[in-house]
Amino acid sequence: MANSVTITIDGKQISAAEGDKLLWVALENGIYIPHLCGIKEKEKPDASCRLCFVEVEGMANPVTSCTLPVTDGMVVKTRTERVDRLIATGFELLLTNHRLGCAKCAKNGSCQLQKIAKERGLKLRLTRLRSVLKEMQTDDSLGSVAFDPSRCVLCGQCVWADRKENKGNIGFIRRGISRKVSTFGEVPLAESGCTRCGKCVEVCPVGALVKNS
Amino acid sequence: MELMEGELEKITAEVEQVIKDQGTERERLIPILQGVQEKLGYLPKEAMKKVAEAVEVSEVEIYEIATFYNQFRLNPPGKHQIKVCMGTACHMTGGNIIMESFERRLDIKEGETTPDREFSLERVACVGCCALAPVVVVDENVEAKVRPTRVDGILLGFDMEKKAAEKEMQKAASEQKTQEEEG
Repeated sequence: MANSVTITIDGKQISAAEGDKLLWVALENGIYIPHLCGIKEKEKPDASCRLCFVEVEGMANPVTSCTLPVTDGMVVKTRTERVDRLIATGFELLLTNHRLGCAKCAKNGSCQLQKIAKERGLKLRLTRLRSVLKEMQTDDSLGSVAFDPSRCVLCGQCVWADRKENKGNIGFIRRGISRKVSTFGEVPLAESGCTRCGKCVEVCPVGALVKNS
Repeated sequence: MELMEGELEKITAEVEQVIKDQGTERERLIPILQGVQEKLGYLPKEAMKKVAEAVEVSEVEIYEIATFYNQFRLNPPGKHQIKVCMGTACHMTGGNIIMESFERRLDIKEGETTPDREFSLERVACVGCCALAPVVVVDENVEAKVRPTRVDGILLGFDMEKKAAEKEMQKAASEQKTQEEEG
């Protein structure tokens, strides 16, 4: 058992196990920090969504809470001007490549993007940046599951779940703006080794992987 | 891309050899793929599957690497390799129009190879003669100030070359035949 430490988040005293990552400590104690790519079991977090920034006393710049192990006496602020700016920009950057139109989305109401927008008072539309969304075909080949890459935020939750459950059928292919989740040889999901376990649908925070009704 | 006759055997043999040289450690993945590409000229799906099996990672992980790095190509090099420059000067003078012309005429996308493996189409960053923009490098020849009409010209040239070679072959064959008959 790791040593217990006491930290302060937004003025609230919290005791946690030393070495645990700040993001999960905060979430378990009812303090919400936006996050998409965070996976608790992952030893080295991707820290790729750039939404879980916090400010820690004694650190010059905001840090991603998913990569920060807690230490005794740590004083954390989840809402500061710099943090809010970083998250607002990171959030809007995600939206530049995300097909909006929540009313038509199966995840309407349970979408993590909607939750983040609500928690942080952000708009679910582009205000400063222009859209770079490309028209992409929805993969309906499985019948029971639909994969819409234009709604994908590239958080990697489905890739992780797939590799934990199976030998791995999906992964990130290409890079930069062309990066997307796909299969070997970019064949439809039904033609890959998909076992239809449904784990990827469970973990998708947005409306990219949804059960067909 | 369809494999040619006897290609699968070659792929199997080369991949086995590369894996024998490099080992099956996960850290050796990129050198293995580089070795395979050096031998085969590209990374066929069959080769990636064999590497995945040997190194014991999923096939899609190999595909991730092969699509991430620019150095890996997934399509075989064509008999004639067309490289369209997309450097700053070429881009400004319409390099993308030239690329589109080739794509339309050859009915393939950038980075692909025609099914008969005659032509492969690539984009390059700069070939170093910006004064001649837009530039296309066809095999070893630099084509300067290319216009869409020149694209047609280049391809027509190869087409005529191919037809002439075929005619020559036929002629040689028929001559041999008559010689045999006379003899």
